Amino acid sequence: MKKIMGYGLLTVFVLIFSFSLPVQAGDNILIAAASNLRFAMHEICQDFQEENSSIQTKVSYGSSGNFFAQISQGAPFDIFFSADAEYPELLEKEGLTAKEMQKVYAVGKIVLWVPEESKVDPDTGLQAVTSPAVKKLAIANPRHAPYGRAAEESLRYYGMWEKVEEKLIYGENISQTAQFVHTGAADAGIVALSLALSPKMLDEGRYWIIPDESHSDIEQIYVVLKKGEENKSIRKFLDFIHGENGDDILSRYGFVIPGSGDNRS
Amino acid sequence: MNFAAPLLLSLKLSSVTTLLLLALGVPFAYWLVFTRFRWKFLVESVVALPLVLPPTVLGFYLLMIIGGNSFIGQWYESIFNKPLAFSFQGLVLGSFLYSLPFAVQPIQTAFSSVDKKLLEASWSLGRSNVYTFFRVILPLSRHGIITGCVLSFAHTLGEFGVILMIGGNIPGVTRVASVAIYDEVQSLNYGSANMYAAILLSFSFIILAAVYFINRRFVRTL
Repeated sequence: MKKIMGYGLLTVFVLIFSFSLPVQAGDNILIAAASNLRFAMHEICQDFQEENSSIQTKVSYGSSGNFFAQISQGAPFDIFFSADAEYPELLEKEGLTAKEMQKVYAVGKIVLWVPEESKVDPDTGLQAVTSPAVKKLAIANPRHAPYGRAAEESLRYYGMWEKVEEKLIYGENISQTAQFVHTGAADAGIVALSLALSPKMLDEGRYWIIPDESHSDIEQIYVVLKKGEENKSIRKFLDFIHGENGDDILSRYGFVIPGSGDNRS
Repeated sequence: MNFAAPLLLSLKLSSVTTLLLLALGVPFAYWLVFTRFRWKFLVESVVALPLVLPPTVLGFYLLMIIGGNSFIGQWYESIFNKPLAFSFQGLVLGSFLYSLPFAVQPIQTAFSSVDKKLLEASWSLGRSNVYTFFRVILPLSRHGIITGCVLSFAHTLGEFGVILMIGGNIPGVTRVASVAIYDEVQSLNYGSANMYAAILLSFSFIILAAVYFINRRFVRTL
């Protein structure tokens, strides 16, 4: 019996050491990205790493409010791509950001999205959500997801909020919201255009772009955090995002790039 | 994203946690069995808390205790130059507490079910407590210790809420398999979510089957 336990312990030790072996080669960039960027950022990172094979990008996706809380608690991210301008500002006030390294990188849009087989016609505008075919409407949690806030504003702008309040289900972030409609857990959802344009959603649903005037601008800001101040790879990564390739990917996912002519700010 | 990385991370976390629980759980269970401490029932209640608490309660308090704004968090960061929350070490701490009853309780039960006459025989033959422990109690409690280890391992593998709260979802650092499932679903990658889920499901089943098998054999050899 003792022998068995001895072997057991040995196995465990071997396991632990073998897992600890892969030492980080080259440089890492730890990125916190608002989840509307889930698909766009993935492409950006892939293309970036093709050009810079020594640099590894590691991305976490979540709601901007959640990242704000985690970063204030000391989460070790180098850079934070928020879905709004507010959370980066709050981080700056807390003294957690590197100086002069923040910028509006994209302006987002929201859409009303329904699955392909839905009887609801999204082109009739936001009143489509009052249709009896929409039993559940998914939006992101407005308390910590900027895209949820925009959805709430638009629903209120068109006088729909009171009518649909009972039907609302709240995603923890905008990509969970998209998942709710994509899986049919909700009959319709207000999601980011950047998600609606992702290959998986594009083929399986229809959407209507909710006009910008119904909500405040979704100006998405990134901030380099204190932890990333010394990280030289960040410069390269930001240059890539602001370069032709980065711009191209972001615009393909429906973002308006500031300073590209149709920028409203 | 590397498919195996979250699985390996889960295995690593479970192994480290189980080892720690074994190292500290055995003496702790021994103390629980033999102490005359009158408030023992309070200690036992604290150990059992993770069985009934929502993981978010544990996660929330841990974050408050080890987060960057807390005394402990700042103290840790000043020594190791990196934060405890959102690190692998933070996950180990959280998993240790979360799986504590799964290790301590089976070991405690095993220790207390050792026939007292055998202990008295050993003592009356002049053997020390330490000798009695290693030569009498431990061998007779092996099934409890194995059960404790296996259950802690499996429970840590299946941990989700605590890890998400104190670890976030950082690839290669805190994105364990259970969190990877959540992340893959949100990426609409139901295929790879299914792969992770199926692996965890079969693994958990195999582990439990092993526990029941071991205990069955133990009962038979009695």
